[in-house]
Order: sequence, then C-alpha cells, then structure tokens
Amino acid sequence: MSVASQDTAVRTGGFVRATIYLVLIMFALFYLVPFYVMLSNSLKPLAEVTGGNMMAIPQTWTIDAWLAAWSTAQIGVEPTGLKPYFLNSILMVVPAVAISTILGALNGYVLTKWRFRFDNIVFGLLLFSCFIPFQIILIPMARMLGIMGLAGSTPGLVLVHVVYGLGFTTLYFRNYYAAFPTELVRAAQIDGAGFFRIFWRIMLPVSGPIAVVSIIWQFTNIWNDFLFGASFADVDSMPMTVALNNLVNSSTGVKEYNVHFAGAILAALPTLLVYIVAGRYFVRGLMAGSVKG
Amino acid sequence: MGFLDIANVTKAYGNTEVLHRVDISVQEGEFLVLVGPSGCGKSTLLNMIAGLEEITSGEISINGRVVNGVHPSRRNIAMVFQSYALYPNMTVGQNITFGLEMHGVPKPERDKAMADVASLLQIDHLLDRKPGQLSGGQRQRVAMGRALVRNPDVFLFDEPLSNLDAKLRVDMRTEIKKLHQKLKTTVVYVTHDQIEALTLSTRIAVMYNGYVQQLGTPQEIYDTPANVFVATFMGSPAMNIVPAKVVINGDDAYAEIEDSNGAKQQLKFNTNYLQEWNGKEILLGIRPEAITDSEGADRNAANVQHLTNTVGVTEPAGSDTFVTMTLSGKDVIARMRADVSIAPEQRFDFAINMDKAVAFDPKSEERIQP
Repeated sequence: MSVASQDTAVRTGGFVRATIYLVLIMFALFYLVPFYVMLSNSLKPLAEVTGGNMMAIPQTWTIDAWLAAWSTAQIGVEPTGLKPYFLNSILMVVPAVAISTILGALNGYVLTKWRFRFDNIVFGLLLFSCFIPFQIILIPMARMLGIMGLAGSTPGLVLVHVVYGLGFTTLYFRNYYAAFPTELVRAAQIDGAGFFRIFWRIMLPVSGPIAVVSIIWQFTNIWNDFLFGASFADVDSMPMTVALNNLVNSSTGVKEYNVHFAGAILAALPTLLVYIVAGRYFVRGLMAGSVKG
Repeated sequence: MGFLDIANVTKAYGNTEVLHRVDISVQEGEFLVLVGPSGCGKSTLLNMIAGLEEITSGEISINGRVVNGVHPSRRNIAMVFQSYALYPNMTVGQNITFGLEMHGVPKPERDKAMADVASLLQIDHLLDRKPGQLSGGQRQRVAMGRALVRNPDVFLFDEPLSNLDAKLRVDMRTEIKKLHQKLKTTVVYVTHDQIEALTLSTRIAVMYNGYVQQLGTPQEIYDTPANVFVATFMGSPAMNIVPAKVVINGDDAYAEIEDSNGAKQQLKFNTNYLQEWNGKEILLGIRPEAITDSEGADRNAANVQHLTNTVGVTEPAGSDTFVTMTLSGKDVIARMRADVSIAPEQRFDFAINMDKAVAFDPKSEERIQP
C-alpha cells in the first residue's frame, strides 16, 4: 500500500500539471480583471465608458482622464486635481514611516539587548496597541491633537500614525533582534562602543530584511489609511485617500468614471511600487528569526 | 597581592547565590583555567572579571586597580567569546580594529597594529573578507586577533574552542599555548573540557555548584585532588573510586577491598597516615594508569601492590588498552599498554602503583591529608 501511494506521489503526470496551471492562471486572471477594467476605462474618453462595454479595449486612446485626475479634477470645491493631496500623503507617509521604523528598531534593541525589570510587561503593553480598534481612539486623539496644537495638520497625522505603528514595528524588530547573538553586543561593549554606537554600527547594518518588512507594512497602512485622514486632517493636510473619496463623491455634473479610475490607480500606485521594489525582501524578512541563523 | 585579584567575590540573582566567596589571586603572566561542568558559575565569574555582569559583593582588581563598577571597555581586558562574536557586517580588518577605533586611536596606528596582529596569526590574506566567508578555525583566529590588538592586561577566553571540530580544537589549543608562551600576557580561560584545562594552564580552579573546589597547578589537581568531585572530574577516564576498609598492621596501613569473587585483598599504603582510620571505611582513589600489568608498572614507583582479579571487558584504543573489572562492587578501569596480553574472564595479576593512590573521607568526600 505504501508502495502504491509512493507511485502516485512521484508520478505527477502531464494532466495533473496542466490542471494545476489552468487553475492558477484562472485565479490570476480573476484577480487581474478589476485592475484591467480600471486601466482600460481610465484610458477611454468618457463617452466610450458610459456608452460602451466596460470590458472592451479603448477604441480611442487618451490620457486626458489621467491629466484631469492629476491636476484639474474637482476635489470638493477646488478644481485642483489629486496633485496637492498626493504631496500631502507623501509629506505624511515618509516621516511617519521613518520615525515609527527607527523608534521600533530602538525599542526592539532595548527590549532584547538592554533588558530591564518588567520589560516583558512593557512589550506586552506595546503589543496591545496593535489590537485597539481605530474608532475607539478617534475622540480622545482629536482632543489630544487639539491640546498639542497639531489638529488638522500633517505633523498631527504623522504623530497619530507613529503612535499606532509603534506596536507593530517594535514587534518586528524585537523578534528579529531576539535571534541576534547577545555576545556581539558584549564584544562591542568590551571594544568600547556605547549604547547608540552599538545600535548604529552593529545592529542596524544587519537589520535590512526586517527594516524592509517594517517599511512596507507601515507604508501600506499609512498610505491607505482613510479614517485618520478623514478625521484629523483639514483641507491643507488632507491625504490622497480622502481626496480620492471627495473626487468620486463630488455631486456636481456627470460622473467622470474615467477620471475616477485614473485617480484610483494614482492613489494605489505608490504602494504597488513599494511592493514591486521591496516585496521579495518582505517574505524573506517575515521568515527571518523563525530559523536560528 | 596578585596582578588579577578576585577577593571574596559573590554573585547572587535575587536571593539565589550562584557564586560563593571566590578568592583567586592570579600572578602576571599566569594562565588560569576555570573548569567545571555547566552551571558551576565559571562563565559568570569570567563575565564579572570582564564587567559584563555586576559583582554582588567582594572586589576584583586588575593591575592594582579595583574595577568594580568600571565599564568593560576601561578595564583594559580583551575577551574571546565561544561564538567568536565577530561583527557580521564588517570585514576581518574592521573587526580587528573596531576596538581601537572606539578608543580613538588614529588610523595609521590602527593599521599598523592590525598588520602586526594579522601576521602574528597568519590571517593577512583574510583582512578584506567578511566573517561569513571564513571557516571555523579562521574565525577563531580573527576573534583572537581582535583581542590581541588591544594589547590588554588580561585576556579572557570563554570556551573559545568548543565550536571547533575535534582535530582543529587540538591544533588551536597548541596555538593558544604557543601564543601565551610568546606574549606572556595574563590569561583567564573558561572551559568545561578537563583536557584543555590540564594542557593549557599554569593553574586550574576547578569549580562546582558555585564553589571553587580546588585551586592549584595541573599536577596538584591531578595527583592530589581535594575531593571526590575534583578526582572524578579531572582526568579521562575518571579516577576510580573504590570503597575500602583501613587495616593497620604494625607500622603499615592497608586498604582492604573485595575482588569480583568477594575475596578480601589488601593493598599497602606508602605511608601510614591513616592510623586514626583503623577499621573504618574510606574511599580509595586510583587513577586508571596506576593499574597495569606487572611489566607495565612504573619502574620508578616506590610501592607497587599486586592484586588478582577477574578481567571484565577489554577495550583496545590504539595507544592504550582499557580494562574494566569489579572491585568492592564498583566498576574499575585500568589503562594498560596497547600490546598487553589479556583476555576477558581471565584471572589476571594487576599491578597497582600505590604512590598515586589517594584516600577520601566517605562522608565529606574530602581527601584525607597525609
């Protein structure tokens, strides 16, 4: 009996293989269809979108919708396009990702290599922040931002995202550094390196994989966040996601679907880019620490 | 007052004392080995000398300066770790000079020191490589280079050879000994391997359960172990410990033991220092190499006693043949010449070199002093 089962295990014939590929390709297509619809319709004139087949390839190719979405579309009351809000998002995301990642790395370093009394409780509390639903803190956070004079500003949003991201970034770095040999830190101490020197010269240079994980995670979450952006930002600091919502919901005139599609792709582009550039490190980094190196 | 003084040092975690009143004074140029089974406190003691762990009470001084509370980098020590602890992101050269850089030594001096150490350890050709590209033995050398380049008062070694394979370990052991003979720097070396302890050291501290069981030269430790633990821990195969009854006959003292047939046989002690043990039980300690065939007995031995017993198992091991038998209900191992003619189950005339025999108090397990 064991012989028979071994036979079938070895002999994955052409038919099985073809079926596997067929199923995989079908799933891939299934997931690609929405993106195809968005892309093709964003490249059509509006008349073709409203009058024709949604699945069809554009008959007249045009990038007018993209230009409109970028610079002239009506966002709320201003015809500015998404450009200023794209910039807002960048100004929010870059510092928020950088600060939360660096602080997470420092936390992880302290929690594993400079252990202190009750450090596990501190870590537990930090982790707890990962599980607090966003809605609960909206009102207290609005009050805090008001007190600090950061309400309705990009620095305020950065602060909110840093605070919310710290739990995750700390978790990543702590687990990564837990597998990092403590003897290296001791050797560096004997060599005369201090707290920050060890962090900068010994720990950070080997933190690449986990830093990528942290950056992708934080970037995606913060860029895609809608709730905090809608709650805490005013017109001058409104991020891309909120602007996109306003673009789509503008009630005047006809619905410019081609512009909406173009805007939606623009809004998704940065996270897509980050995944394409750094995605392969993501899986590698998530696996790191699970096997002792 | 030595070069490195460990005076009344204890270590406690909360209420649990793991090191009890350690007193060791190391002279300049000595090679002190701390040896013991895992959990005996030897690494803790080393880390306290290095400044990586706090001293609960007592005092450690290096070169006349009390170093309690002094940062590791200011104790003028260097340490070689079990895992080598090479910085993975730096080249070998950077690894070696990192400590100098941290101490603000200018680049030309650093480079010169690095070149000196590299040629001493024959790692010149590796300086631009990353630790990940090195073999175990090469990493070991780099780790030593990193320690040497600091020109420290004291070298600390934390089981530096235990990650190497058996052959390389023996080579590196010789290498370390050579290096010490050349540089004559004071060394404190932690190991659980008694052979390393015996071969490398000028003095050994045998540790167990947080106590220093015995501090002495390798010869003292081997020939006159302070207690049963030291006797059985140092030496391989371990010293045979056999229950025996002291019988005083005239001026002479004898150890009465039972052979494997239950017959009583007597072995005469060299001197009669066991007068007050007359009729009492002791533990008789005999090293395996002190039990041989008559021809293999040490010609310089003053007192060779003979004992007839049944041979248990013989284990030829190339250079020696190990023979087991039963004495007073205990397994006893004898180490004999390779070409000895002996067969299992045979009644055999064993020669026992009583010069090397020691006696222990069965209650305290301490050695009975002559």
